[in-house]
Amino acid sequence: MASIELRNIRKAFGAVEVIKGVDLEVRKGEFMVFVGPSGCGKSTLLRLISGLEDITSGEMLFDGKVVNALAPSKRGIAMVFQSYALYPHMTVYENMAFGLTLEKGHSKDEIQKRVEKAADMLQIRQYLDRLPKQLSGGQRQRVAIGRAITRDPKVFLFDEPLSNLDAALRVATRIEIAKLHESMDNVTMVYVTHDQVEAMTLADRICVLRDGLVEQVGTPMELYEHPNSVFVAGFIGSPKMNFISGEKAKAFNADTVGIRGEHINIVPGNGTWTGTVIHTENLGADSYVYLEMGTEEPVVVRLDGANNYKSGDTVHIAPMPDKVHRFDAAGKPIR
Amino acid sequence: MGATIDLWKITKTVLFYALVVFIVVVSVFPFYYAILTSFKSGTDIFRITYWPVSFSFENYQAVFSQGSFPRNLLNSIFVASVTVILALFLAVTAAFALSRVRFRGRGFLLMVILAVSMFPQIAVLAGLFELVRAVRIGDWQMYNTPWALIFSYTIFTLPFTVWVLTTFMRDLPVEIEEAAIVDGASPWIIITRVFMPLMWPALVTTGLLAFIGAWNEFLFALTFTSSNDTRTVPVAIALLSGGSQYEIPWGIIMAASVIVTVPLVILVLIFQRKIVSGLTAGGVKG
Ligand SMILES: Nc1ncnc2c1ncn2[C@@H]1O[C@H](COP(=O)(O)OP(=O)(O)OP(=O)(O)O)[C@@H](O)[C@H]1O
Ligand SMILES: [Mg+2]
Repeated sequence: MASIELRNIRKAFGAVEVIKGVDLEVRKGEFMVFVGPSGCGKSTLLRLISGLEDITSGEMLFDGKVVNALAPSKRGIAMVFQSYALYPHMTVYENMAFGLTLEKGHSKDEIQKRVEKAADMLQIRQYLDRLPKQLSGGQRQRVAIGRAITRDPKVFLFDEPLSNLDAALRVATRIEIAKLHESMDNVTMVYVTHDQVEAMTLADRICVLRDGLVEQVGTPMELYEHPNSVFVAGFIGSPKMNFISGEKAKAFNADTVGIRGEHINIVPGNGTWTGTVIHTENLGADSYVYLEMGTEEPVVVRLDGANNYKSGDTVHIAPMPDKVHRFDAAGKPIR
Repeated sequence: MGATIDLWKITKTVLFYALVVFIVVVSVFPFYYAILTSFKSGTDIFRITYWPVSFSFENYQAVFSQGSFPRNLLNSIFVASVTVILALFLAVTAAFALSRVRFRGRGFLLMVILAVSMFPQIAVLAGLFELVRAVRIGDWQMYNTPWALIFSYTIFTLPFTVWVLTTFMRDLPVEIEEAAIVDGASPWIIITRVFMPLMWPALVTTGLLAFIGAWNEFLFALTFTSSNDTRTVPVAIALLSGGSQYEIPWGIIMAASVIVTVPLVILVLIFQRKIVSGLTAGGVKG
């Protein structure tokens, strides 16, 4: 069990500063997810926590102790890489046992017990004698997770562990990770992703990064309901929040108005706004209607079930009043 | 129409195999002729024949009764083996630094290493000779010992070996190394237990080339040793002498050459099977 504290952490590669002063606390046993656009420094921040990358300035504390200069293996962490990073020449068993065999003071029996226990948790026991190349992608990633579990870490670090898997496997493995987090309630987990669903479903708290800085930290629902900026509002949630500016926003006393597709009703007449349908998408359980109404991007309305709107139809819409997000010119919310 | 196409096809096939046969004959003939000659005896040697006519082990017996030849053979084995071990050890550790440790001037160093290997042997002979003569520890001096050869051969194989291993190691996935670091592996453990098993093809290839280079080397061996007991086989063969100074013992020379080639052939055959490609398959995603 460990809490992680980052104090004004900066990281520069040569002259380029990539992490520009991050303050963040990850609580004991918490599942923290880093999200943000590509290149914003998620992986770099995770690698700083792991110790694989040196901190340029600032302090990193594990349980209140500064670990800036501590080697990765001394921090009590385990890491799962996007590309699995298994040792190709070792069997699954050897892969999982490697870290323990390097540590002094583990008997053969103990190592075997721990490997088998981890293998049982992930249902990979029948593959223990195989080489990585004899496994499917999903099995390999489970071995990589198993290797991390075997080390019995205080902190688990994941860098987009599911992005190489196909959709169905991704869901299955995601659920597995969620179960893992429940069963290991004294292990702190930090997880990098740019998948909305992974972030919302797995996280206790989400940290939104933008260009090397923390934009907002909060529970998934906090970020969804009370985004601290236009950026976070646009980043969290799928489909993306609609932004309306100009004259239409002035009516709301704001520079920009944000409203999620699921918080817009289509009304028979007398709506707040009117728009022309330019495209519809039926997904079965719900459907999206794209409206052209003079905004930069088309406004998306999310409806339950299927719909029969056609391109060219004119519809009246009304946002749910208590779900409207108002932002000032600087992109900050007006509350 | 069809017939002409077939004719052209046949001509092409015939030409192709004719070329193959030509290349094989040209490259194999000298060896074949050496083997043939080594089994001839007496004046048969000076009759040109292309097929075995007589068969005798006389020359082979003569080689091994030539005083120091067995000793020279052992010298060669010792020098070549130690050179390979030393060169691979230094090259693997150097390659790790050159491919994985970030430091200033790394690219420049790599170019220098490659440049060094372009000098012909004769250009450094004098300098190396001075070096070899200068090395003495107490009463022991390096000159005229196998170590003089090991020393100079290692210097000469290292650039190529380092270059090849560095290129190879650079292509190993970084994540595997990082996973090992997180697992608590030191650089030495990473090299020996993670990288070396993945580098078998490169190690075998460079090791084999280093061995062959050291085994066949002549110029340094001639210069840095001066007594029959310390010579390696190539020099020993060149210095084989016949009954009188006007007689060159071709039969014995050929027999010795064949004996010297056999270990190389065996080595190549053994390790050829060890060269397994695609060893990193499965470790990381595509
Ligand atoms: N070793 C390095 N040397 C120089 N620049 C680097 C290095 N590693 C990362 N960067 C730069 O740092 C920035 C952040 O990279 P990082 O990998 O952390 O992004 P990310 O948020 O993980 O993106 P993605 O979602 O695409 O994985 C990028 O602009 C990248 O070019
Ligand atoms: Mg990344």
